[in-house]
Amino acid sequence: MSVSPVLQVDNLESYYGPIMAIRGASLEVRKGQIVTILGANGAGKTTLLKTISGVMSAARGSILLNGEAIHNMEADEIVRKKMVHVPEGREIFPLLSVYENVSIGAYTRSDRAQIKADLDMVYSYFPILAERAKQPAGTLSGGQQQMLAIGRGLMAAPNVMLLDEPSLGLSPLLVEEIFTILKRLNTEQNVTMLLVEQNAKVALEVADYGYVLELGGIVMSDDADVLQNSKDIQSFYLGVREETERGTRRWKQKKTWR
Amino acid sequence: MPRGEGFDLDMMQLVISGLANGSVYGLIALGFVLIYKATEAVNFAQGDFMMLGAFITIWLANPQFLGIDFWIAVPLAISIMAVLGYLLDLFVIRKMFGQPQIAVVILTIALGFIIRFVVGAIWKHEPQLLETPFAGRELRIGELVLGFEEVAVIVVTLLLTLFLFLFFRKAKLGKAMQAASQNQLAAYYVGIPVKRIQSLVWALAGAVAAVAGVLFASKGAVDPSTGLLGIKAFAAAVIGGFGSLPGALIGGLIIGLIEPFAAYALPAGYSQIAPYAVMLLVLIFRPAGIFSQMQKKKV
Ligand SMILES: Nc1ncnc2c1ncn2[C@@H]1O[C@H](COP(=O)(O)OP(=O)(O)OP(=O)(O)O)[C@@H](O)[C@H]1O
Ligand SMILES: [Mg+2]
Repeated sequence: MSVSPVLQVDNLESYYGPIMAIRGASLEVRKGQIVTILGANGAGKTTLLKTISGVMSAARGSILLNGEAIHNMEADEIVRKKMVHVPEGREIFPLLSVYENVSIGAYTRSDRAQIKADLDMVYSYFPILAERAKQPAGTLSGGQQQMLAIGRGLMAAPNVMLLDEPSLGLSPLLVEEIFTILKRLNTEQNVTMLLVEQNAKVALEVADYGYVLELGGIVMSDDADVLQNSKDIQSFYLGVREETERGTRRWKQKKTWR
Repeated sequence: MPRGEGFDLDMMQLVISGLANGSVYGLIALGFVLIYKATEAVNFAQGDFMMLGAFITIWLANPQFLGIDFWIAVPLAISIMAVLGYLLDLFVIRKMFGQPQIAVVILTIALGFIIRFVVGAIWKHEPQLLETPFAGRELRIGELVLGFEEVAVIVVTLLLTLFLFLFFRKAKLGKAMQAASQNQLAAYYVGIPVKRIQSLVWALAGAVAAVAGVLFASKGAVDPSTGLLGIKAFAAAVIGGFGSLPGALIGGLIIGLIEPFAAYALPAGYSQIAPYAVMLLVLIFRPAGIFSQMQKKKV
């Protein structure tokens, strides 16, 4: 492809105090794509997204959004550049109402009429949020809070969404539902997505391209369908058990990318 | 005049002056609550902010100093205190990010000493009264004679509390302040400039302290140690539950009412303990404050 990427990350490093959590990660996301980052617990997925969204500072390396360097910008400036981070888990405002939570997603905007239209759009994708609009967000279930976080992110009218484990702690049925909506948002609202997941199966189903993150570095990347069929991915992230000649499970199989 | 009626009028005047004092405590308590919500730390210099606001107003308005028109001096003093609050956060408090909250608390205690020292050095230690256009005027309701200042203090305090309450409920900036205090990380994610918002909360606390200072100095004299009554305001904030703005105000009013009646009923020496005794009782029987049904952090 000749078009330059919407998001380009090069040799990114970031730290928790003295601990290096991201060790020279590079990746790119093209317009309209869903790109996924797979990785086990503690691989640095959340840290990587936080660094890209400006919540954590990058110690080294560069992040370009539509060709513009954003790695020294404050988080709110980056939201104004139309890239929004949808955090994992329950990062909502528990005592504000559901409606207030959703509308505060538009904090960086002032185009009233369009904000109102986007609110209706969010409610149409997540009708439960309209139903519960008046109740405190802290009283929503885990799945509903996840929907709230996505809906709140949409209110920034993003071109790029960074999604951190939207499947976390949800039932398989709800995971299906949320991923179907994500795919629809990608095609219907033209939202480019960088999707972090441990649930490789659902992630690779919706994604165009994937990266594998280990110990803060990218160790593998390919088209999503290639990754889906890769033996390493299957055994380490898709839970496919491979039988050896001796008929025992190869639990300690060496990963080819090492 | 029958004895009983005179007694009732005395009571009424006691109540009004208690409420007026309580209003000032309540406004300082509001400052405590604002800062607590924004930074999770207690600003023990809030009473000294009030005293500083009072002295800045006196310096601007009184004829022996600059003698600016009262109605210009007051908004000017409020603005100066707001700017000082903002700068304090920008250059000092923000630099302590990542330190334990106790470090911020100790810093504010030290700041209180510095303010008392500096004000004493500049404006001396004699008590001073703010000269207001309505000084000495009285309000007569039937036989009841009330000092105009005391009524003004109560009315202004109620209006300011109502304004702040609505500001946090309705205004975009107020909502952002609430959001940043409920979940700072999530506030970053939605694009709220959290650091600037926190500086603005300090500015707001400075402005509220200035209003309290103006009210206090227009009904009684201030000197550099006046800010120490912040301790009573702290008790007020605790009684209100350190949670809601109306709670802080009502805590202040309760303390303000207790004082004159304790002085009336108890021997001198014991009466000064009354506000703290009430605070202890509240802490023992309703540890979350009188307004514990409002729970947790809610403005
Ligand atoms: N606040 C912190 N202070 C110090 N170390 C941290 C902090 N947060 C995360 N880490 C460490 O950084 C590494 C990466 O953590 P991160 O949360 O990015 O992993 P993750 O891939 O998102 O994991 P998970 O799948 O469990 O969400 C881990 O080793 C973790 O222990
Ligand atoms: Mg994570």
